[in-house]
Amino acid sequence: MTLAVTTPYTVPVGFMDALQVTILILVGAGATAVVLTRRPVHQVLVLSIYGVLMAVLFLTFQAPDVTLSELTVGAVALPIILLLALAKVRKREE
Amino acid sequence: MAYFPFVVVAWILCAGLYGIVTSRHLVHQIICLIVAQSSTYVLLLGVGYVTGAVAPYYFDVPAHTQAVDPVVQALALTDVVVEAAVTALLLSFAIQAHKRFGTLDPQELASLKG
Amino acid sequence: MTPGQRRWVFGVAVAGLAAFYLWGLSGLPGFGNYPGPYGFAILHIAVQQTDATGVVSAVNFDYRGFDTVGEEFILFAAAAATAVVLRRLRGERERPAVDQAGDREVPPTSEAVRMVALLFTGPVMVMGWWLVSHAQTSPSGGFQGGVILATAFILVYLAGEFLVLKRFSPVALTDAVEAAGAGGFAAIGLAAVLMGRAYLYDFLPLGQMPGAVSSAGTIALISFFVGLEVAAAFILIIGEMLEQTLLIRHGGG
Repeated sequence: MTLAVTTPYTVPVGFMDALQVTILILVGAGATAVVLTRRPVHQVLVLSIYGVLMAVLFLTFQAPDVTLSELTVGAVALPIILLLALAKVRKREE
Repeated sequence: MAYFPFVVVAWILCAGLYGIVTSRHLVHQIICLIVAQSSTYVLLLGVGYVTGAVAPYYFDVPAHTQAVDPVVQALALTDVVVEAAVTALLLSFAIQAHKRFGTLDPQELASLKG
Repeated sequence: MTPGQRRWVFGVAVAGLAAFYLWGLSGLPGFGNYPGPYGFAILHIAVQQTDATGVVSAVNFDYRGFDTVGEEFILFAAAAATAVVLRRLRGERERPAVDQAGDREVPPTSEAVRMVALLFTGPVMVMGWWLVSHAQTSPSGGFQGGVILATAFILVYLAGEFLVLKRFSPVALTDAVEAAGAGGFAAIGLAAVLMGRAYLYDFLPLGQMPGAVSSAGTIALISFFVGLEVAAAFILIIGEMLEQTLLIRHGGG
């Protein structure tokens, strides 16, 4: 298989490597941050940021479809569902 | 660089598992489960990546340009959306447990009877 | 078992897991050296065979359509199960449908939030339908478009009250739409069987040129049904949770 791609959208392979390594480190740090945040309400916000980081990671892996899915679900729909559940639980504790 | 993404996958999975094991709140546990699940997406996409290739969409690049594997992307794509619905189901269980037992601490819930 | 002991047991277990994982990792061909013949074979023939320039959607709805039916039914079952689990239990009663937060001092929705939510509801719906209908040409598809469509309804809730959302999406209608989406997908596959071909065979005419919206046979149709189903499932789930938070009270509430 030939790896010579000359479309207007390609970047040099070294640059892509550096980008991927950076975003992988950020994703690892983000996962650690999500787990180490103890209060669930704060954790939902950190999860939203983690979702955006994952979306950028998928973009550097040349997967725009998965990026769209992760953005809509991980940064919007999932935090909404989580916050609604937390609101229900907190209301009963009052 | 050849194995770095997979090491990050292991790190994310172990972080999620650590959160599940040492959690004191059911919703915190569920969010750590989400993190552990997200490691599998990175693994899937990492397996299918081809260095120097473009995304598998031939709308504006000439046909037969080298592209990354589309099958793992299809898997990861449906996976992400379905996981959200299953998480909602888990949360509804947590809500009902809170209604029934009054507490959301998994270590207290384990020792409740009836 | 004390938390400290639990951590030690976990540490041993995860060390074993990591050891096995890294050992298995050494057998992989490394990041970027994907060797597999299946992916490359599909890339070579997908555009000619299905006239779809979006190969991922072609894989999702045509080559691996059977797996997507299964995933869609997971979504359907999860939404239905949420509705079942969050049913009104014995000892609870549903408050009269007046949207008030009761025991909490809730500030009225600010005008800025209402204006932005109202402004964006229309464009978000249009974008959702655009994504659903362009599965075969660009990075889009039923799943993403469906979630964005559900988000448009959430914007309605943010702009107004919960009751407005209920009027826009009554539970019976949402249930029917979700069932129609899931059933439609299965029915397209069955229609192929009734024509004497394999299940989910692509039997509609392929369009003029790859990349047009009206191309790629059943992929566009399946994507439409999947979008309907995913949107209805998410609206159902969020409606159920909102109802739990706002309407259902315990005992003498």
